[in-house]
Amino acid sequence: MIEFRAVSKRFPDGTTAVDALDLVAESGRITVFVGPSGCGKTTSLRMINRMIDPTEGSIHIDGLDVRSTDPAVLRRGIGYVIQQAGLFPHRTVLDNVATVPMLIGWGRRKARARAAELLELVGLPEAMGGRYPGQLSGGQQQRVGVARALAADPPVLLMDEPFSAVDPIVREGLQDELLRLQSELGKTVVFVTHDIDEAIKLGDRVAVLRQGGRLAQFAPPAELLARPADDFVSSFVGRDRGYRGLSFVDADGLTIHPLRTATVGEPGSTVDDWTLVVEADKRPRGWLAPGSTVDGPLTEDVLVPGGSLYTQGTALRGALDAALSSPGGHGVAVDAGGALAGGVLADEVLALLRRRRHGRDDQ
Amino acid sequence: MIDDLRRYLDNPRNQEAVFDYLLVHMRMALIPLVLGLLVAIPVGWAAQRNRRLRAVVLGATNILYTVPSLALFVILPSILGTKILDEINVVVALAIYTAALLVRPVVDAIDALPAHVLAAATAVGYRPLWRFLTVELPLAVPVLVAGVRVASVSNISLVSVGALIGVGGLGQLFTEGFQSSYNPPIIVGIVLTLALALVVDLLLVGGRRLLTPWQTRPARVKVTAVRSAA
Repeated sequence: MIEFRAVSKRFPDGTTAVDALDLVAESGRITVFVGPSGCGKTTSLRMINRMIDPTEGSIHIDGLDVRSTDPAVLRRGIGYVIQQAGLFPHRTVLDNVATVPMLIGWGRRKARARAAELLELVGLPEAMGGRYPGQLSGGQQQRVGVARALAADPPVLLMDEPFSAVDPIVREGLQDELLRLQSELGKTVVFVTHDIDEAIKLGDRVAVLRQGGRLAQFAPPAELLARPADDFVSSFVGRDRGYRGLSFVDADGLTIHPLRTATVGEPGSTVDDWTLVVEADKRPRGWLAPGSTVDGPLTEDVLVPGGSLYTQGTALRGALDAALSSPGGHGVAVDAGGALAGGVLADEVLALLRRRRHGRDDQ
Repeated sequence: MIDDLRRYLDNPRNQEAVFDYLLVHMRMALIPLVLGLLVAIPVGWAAQRNRRLRAVVLGATNILYTVPSLALFVILPSILGTKILDEINVVVALAIYTAALLVRPVVDAIDALPAHVLAAATAVGYRPLWRFLTVELPLAVPVLVAGVRVASVSNISLVSVGALIGVGGLGQLFTEGFQSSYNPPIIVGIVLTLALALVVDLLLVGGRRLLTPWQTRPARVKVTAVRSAA
């Protein structure tokens, strides 16, 4: 548990970066600091491992004031992932990951063995250990950065905009990876970002900070979307918050309809309604438009691209998006393995929401 | 001309003298190179960390480097208490030049290190001195070697000036040649000075390769995206 007790930071030039921050980051949870630039989120993070010391107030990790520990020793017990990864260019990937174990005196052999384990944990091939950071892509460097932070198995992990320098697709993969790691490792994570979507996706609790380093709201993401504390939070959370709020609504009771399907490679014919084309293993490939005729075996080049896929059992947002993005109006639902489960309709998603709301009113 | 040269080199006494001069020349050029580097690294580190110290140190090194070498060779004995013909005078003078030349590359090299790398080094728990020795200094090697190459050439040529006060390694060949209006020693002196500079330079380039295995690709031009005003 990381506790901020009335923490303020004023710089010599008179600016206040953090103003009387009171906050508790729970053990084993991801706490996200989010806000516009100049809101003091990075300063707050860096006060935890004493890269910056507060002007007033104190920070406690599991009850212990961080200022009672020598900074270098404190930092070796706190993982830190930085924007652009901050890898040491002159050391191999393996030695980068082995940095903290070496610093705390494990010896080279044991430290490297541990580093190899970590590379596997973050999904990098063992052969990559011998390369230098300059030979890796941005996403791979970021994974190495996470591996380095976890190498000595610290209970606390600080992450300072770790994924902001990579492209959106890689970023999403890294976010999913972080959630998977966290479900295995259960670290106390403090994560800084300026991206509210990232905050909502990753955070168990999200602290929205405003300029001048004041805490605007500290709440679980669903509550942030449903009940923003003030105008600042609601404008920062954004226009689509009603829609994004569906990320926290389960899809129990949503009907999955059977769909007309055809299979790639089988003889084609004329179809009179939207028909979903699947592979032999039931993975959706695309749609045949009404009235289209296929001569000979069905190939993929005649298909209309499909919309997003909804994975059964996940939140309602995916179901609505699948329906809205589908060319024929039927969203495609798949099971966890990616095989076709059936179709979902936007009307029925809305109807389900209406029923839920009435259900709540009846109580 | 060629015959003169051959006759000069065929004489065993001359061979021995030239070889001795070469050894002395190497010693007087390379020992200051190492000493200067050993002084420049901590001074540069301290200057890089303190703004006021940086201004003072960089100003002082500029001025030091403009002091004429001959003047320094002559003044040093009275400061060091050495004899005027002592090799140490030249060694100390050249060590001062080397240090003056290398402080700036040390400062510049550390300045140029990416902030995220240094922040990461601090965040994983390096103490300042250890961070400097194991992260900053190894990363500064390419810039530092470039400075050392300039200093080595400068030293190898400046040693000859010492001949004017009687301790100049291969420079002695020049004074001998001039005094007796006899060209062969001068030619031998020039050729060996150039050869020595070339060999030392090649060794430095090879050393840099060994020390920077991570720089496998040729240096690339860094393109920085221009942030749009929108």
